[in-house]
Amino acid sequence: MGKAELPLHAPATQTDKGYIGTSVPRPNVRRLLQGRGSFVDDLRFPRLAQVVFFRSPHAHARIKRLSFERAKQSPGVIGVFDGRAVAEYCTPWVAVLGHLKGIKSPPQHAIAIERACWQGEAVAAVVAETRAQAEDAAALVEAEWEELPAVVDMEESLGGKRVIHPDLGDNICFKREHDTGGVDEAFAKADVVVEETYHFGRHTGVCLEGRAILADYNPAEHSLTVYHATQAPHMMQDIFSRHLGIPEGSVRVIARDVGGSYGIKVHVYPDEMATCALSIMLRRPVKFVADRLESFLSDIHAREHRVKIKMAVKNTGEILAFDLDDLTAIGPYSVYPRTSGIEGNQVVNLTGGPYRHQKYRAKMHVVFTNKNVTCQYRAVGHPIAVALTEGIVDKAAAALKMDPAEFRRKNLIPDDAYPYTFPSGIKFEKLSHHQTLNKLLELMNYRKLREEQIQQRKKGKHLGIGLAAMIEVTNPSPAFYGVGGARISAQDGATLRLEPTGMVTVLCGVTEQGQGTEAVFAQIAASAVGVSLEKVRVITGDTGVTPYGGGTWASRGAGIGGEAVLLAGRALQSNILDVASKVLNLDKKSLNIADNAVVDILTQEKKIPLEELGRIAHFRPDTLPVDFQAELTVTRHYTPRQYGFTFTNGIQASLVEVDPDTGFVKLLKHWCVEDAGTVINPMLVDEQIRGGVVQGIGAALYEECLYGPDGQLLNGNMADYLVPMSAEMPDIVCAHVETPTKQSQLGAKGVGEAGTAGAPGAIMNAINDALMPLNAGVTAMPFTPERILKALGKV
Amino acid sequence: MEHAVDIALTVNGTAVRQRVEPREHLIDFLRERLGLTGSHIGCEHGVCGACTVRVDGKIVRGCLMLAVQANGSRIETVEGLSDSGELKELQKRFHEKNALQCGFCTPGMLLCAQALLGRKEKPTREEIRSHISGNYCRCTGYQAIVDAIEEAVNGQG
Amino acid sequence: MKAPAFAYAKPASLAEALALAARPGAKVLAGGQSLIPSLNMRLSAPELLVDITGIPELAGVSLKNGALRVGALTTHAEIEASPDIRTHVPLLAQAAPYIAHPAIRNRGTLGGSLALADPAAEYPACAVALDSVFVLRGSTGERRVKALDFFKGLFETDLKAGEILVAAEFPAAKKGDRSVFLELARRQGDYATVGLAGFNDRVVFFAVGSAPVLFSLDEARKHLKERLKPVPDLYNSSATKLHLAGVLLERAWNTLSTSH
Repeated sequence: MGKAELPLHAPATQTDKGYIGTSVPRPNVRRLLQGRGSFVDDLRFPRLAQVVFFRSPHAHARIKRLSFERAKQSPGVIGVFDGRAVAEYCTPWVAVLGHLKGIKSPPQHAIAIERACWQGEAVAAVVAETRAQAEDAAALVEAEWEELPAVVDMEESLGGKRVIHPDLGDNICFKREHDTGGVDEAFAKADVVVEETYHFGRHTGVCLEGRAILADYNPAEHSLTVYHATQAPHMMQDIFSRHLGIPEGSVRVIARDVGGSYGIKVHVYPDEMATCALSIMLRRPVKFVADRLESFLSDIHAREHRVKIKMAVKNTGEILAFDLDDLTAIGPYSVYPRTSGIEGNQVVNLTGGPYRHQKYRAKMHVVFTNKNVTCQYRAVGHPIAVALTEGIVDKAAAALKMDPAEFRRKNLIPDDAYPYTFPSGIKFEKLSHHQTLNKLLELMNYRKLREEQIQQRKKGKHLGIGLAAMIEVTNPSPAFYGVGGARISAQDGATLRLEPTGMVTVLCGVTEQGQGTEAVFAQIAASAVGVSLEKVRVITGDTGVTPYGGGTWASRGAGIGGEAVLLAGRALQSNILDVASKVLNLDKKSLNIADNAVVDILTQEKKIPLEELGRIAHFRPDTLPVDFQAELTVTRHYTPRQYGFTFTNGIQASLVEVDPDTGFVKLLKHWCVEDAGTVINPMLVDEQIRGGVVQGIGAALYEECLYGPDGQLLNGNMADYLVPMSAEMPDIVCAHVETPTKQSQLGAKGVGEAGTAGAPGAIMNAINDALMPLNAGVTAMPFTPERILKALGKV
Repeated sequence: MEHAVDIALTVNGTAVRQRVEPREHLIDFLRERLGLTGSHIGCEHGVCGACTVRVDGKIVRGCLMLAVQANGSRIETVEGLSDSGELKELQKRFHEKNALQCGFCTPGMLLCAQALLGRKEKPTREEIRSHISGNYCRCTGYQAIVDAIEEAVNGQG
Repeated sequence: MKAPAFAYAKPASLAEALALAARPGAKVLAGGQSLIPSLNMRLSAPELLVDITGIPELAGVSLKNGALRVGALTTHAEIEASPDIRTHVPLLAQAAPYIAHPAIRNRGTLGGSLALADPAAEYPACAVALDSVFVLRGSTGERRVKALDFFKGLFETDLKAGEILVAAEFPAAKKGDRSVFLELARRQGDYATVGLAGFNDRVVFFAVGSAPVLFSLDEARKHLKERLKPVPDLYNSSATKLHLAGVLLERAWNTLSTSH
């Protein structure tokens, strides 16, 4: 699986599927392999200025006085500005959505005006010719502060003794309760009740390319072009337009090469808005690239949760009910425009996801703290929901002395039970839990591993095997954001154009950050039209060029953008054959396109090459019937409508060795069996899963944003914040089951986040499986050596 | 420019003379003064490896070297080594194995990996993982990169 | 993050270097693998960097009178690859691969590591275990300081203002010498969580406090808990470090002890 089986320039095959299902290497990585890509920081503009932000050193403080006199004298400085100055060019925002009932947040400005609410919040902007000069000047900004008490602990925040935003009354951004009813009865009926409290450490994306934006305002046109490392150019176009006072059609957002995103770069950042405002104010291009230290302080964090979970089980192993209490800490503001209530909301939606029970009660609070802001980061909420569920399931299996795989088998929703409505209200179209479970157990040779585990234990080696079954949200409909009032597009469009030389250009609103969007769209387009892959060029990430779309998020690229490309491709194919039938004077129904030529549909005989047809249609339409017009540019759109989200399912396994003397965990191997519907490029899908798994490993073993009691970030650099590196990572075996969605012709579901969703739970279960004979267990991520040693009673 | 120093060096085979500030690190020199934007900045404290370039035949972290220290040296970046064809084998394997996604770590990763090719003792898979253990990649999870390097090292296809 | 402005000089002789290094606000630059990140992060703001990499007396490895003299400018990569060091001071060769990663080892120097005295660094502990001697030069001449006396505290050494460490002398290996180097780190190349450098009867723990801590084997076996008072770090309490030190001692024991 995942090997490039065909040479790069494989012509479209004769089968219906064309390139769909083939592991074609990505055409657009050539420039990246030579260091000839086009990241924001690579761009050069005349009179380009750089902005550096003077950031609050305090977690919570009133800004008494800012003095810019010395800073303004520093060499190369163009200007120094406070929040009030920038507010004249950029209006504030409030990150709430209508469908998250009761969610509240105070207004947030591009640069804080009266009060800094987290360490790292920008309170002034220094613009200079070079970054170094701007930093020199920023060191000369004088600030007087009135320090305010910082709320750092989530329980303390919930208690509300100190309220961060007095106008709001308490520190609760959002709360939600869900009750199917019958939960207490289910617990009363249970033979066994298992419960646990899990902690998840706050962590962050650490994209290798820092956040980057270059705003280029043209005062003559009152127009703004923004080169932005963003996942959602159209969303940003709308936001820049509304908050900067520029007509939508005069704002162009261009996302070219982006150095990793994983959700980090899909949000609105005040310093990026300020950069645009400064370009307008100064009437010249202004660039901001977050350096690594400010990335840690200001890129969104995520996943700080304390969750209590209870599960009711019968002696047969049947799960009767789940009861959940989730508390999560965000920063002092909900993040715009998607809100910081979604992650907790997903934990409520998804806990218990793979299983058949129907009774469920959940309580969830999202509270403000004076730490960095948090928002959606790859797999949003899933890693927590999966770890909770799979952790408590393992606990129940242990209590009943049942094999964890068999316990799951007893409870997974049957493969023929669909469509299925889950107790949290979400609806599943069709999943394949049992198929994936069986495939996984076979792939990893589960029986043999269990036997080896027993043998190794006799030698004093502590191996652990952990499973994590999961469901995953993909291809969202407007139910995710649109219904709440967010101007975030759930539809997408693709334009396909036949060029005179027979090449095909694809323009699509979905964007590329390395997952393979451009390759996948090229494969679909080539297959739908009937051309070979090297004839296709894909353009994404430019609001001035592509159809209006949602960009990349919630694993929607292939399923939604890909469907639009497929529909447009088929329509273009049809229009090409319209021209061909006129040129050849043959019935359209007798024709097809294959191998860059119009062919006889039965005999495959080449009738006319596309480059010839292109020449005629563009340059010699005088040779075509007078009432006929060739339409060789076609646009189609697609919106998933039947299901709020297209759920996928998968299951992962982790094999570890725990050293009980040192608490160190060695990752021996990892498996993932995933059902993402139609797989367009198996290699790219596997690589998305692998990258996602390693991100999940980071959460499980290494990554945590550590804050002191005064709200100071203690480890905001690459030496102290630990990300997964190659020497400690296992090989990851991937396999697939394909249950296409019937909502589209392509049948593709999403897969980008699956690896991250399941890996932490699988690793936690593997560690606890290894520790079980030593009567120890861990519940707080990341599982550092110290936490494991503490569990073992060694420290 | 205060404290400016004149330096003379070779970059990708071309003689270069520039007046620099001592505080400029080699990567900023390459990117800003010479327009060679293929080498990337990921952390500026020497941990992520995105800035790996070659100085006098040895891989170094460009952010941990001052341009003034490169006076008299021979610098090679991903652009030069692509044009000379030296990286061709690795680039081919990286492409086939999808050993890059966003591409931001790739120049540094290629420069680092290239140091393994041509060794008499072929590194094991574990040694490959160890050799690139200072190059951060967030997208791939490393396996495809290790696969690609392993194939390049063993000359398989 | 961009470094603050400073001046730069690259003297060709040791005498010139000493004169420049004695100026107020001057800092010595060798490999720069620790100094330059601290400059980039604006943790220090020197007025002048004195680049000593052009001074011939500071380079080279030579064996004389049963001691291997290793010049301060010898890089970690050179130490890793040197047959002389593998033969005569195997402990150093064992430690070198733990230092960061290849690209950093190509530039970082022995002298730089010793002069910085990072408590989590590998060479200071090896130097103490080997009872080595450091050769310092200042305007008043040469001083020879034992490693144990050189490391005084957190990033604090016996180097006086205007002095430069020019070489370290290690006892050449004799028959029957036993050395062991163990390090626990979360990821390869990271600063140690706890480390142990052992040579015959000398056991040195590092990453446990402000400086390497020396024990005899017997002392370590009997009094580790009382004498080793590790300083906690971001991820490990004092108790955790103490426990891990004990684990390393156990793992080193068979290699180091003979009649014990």
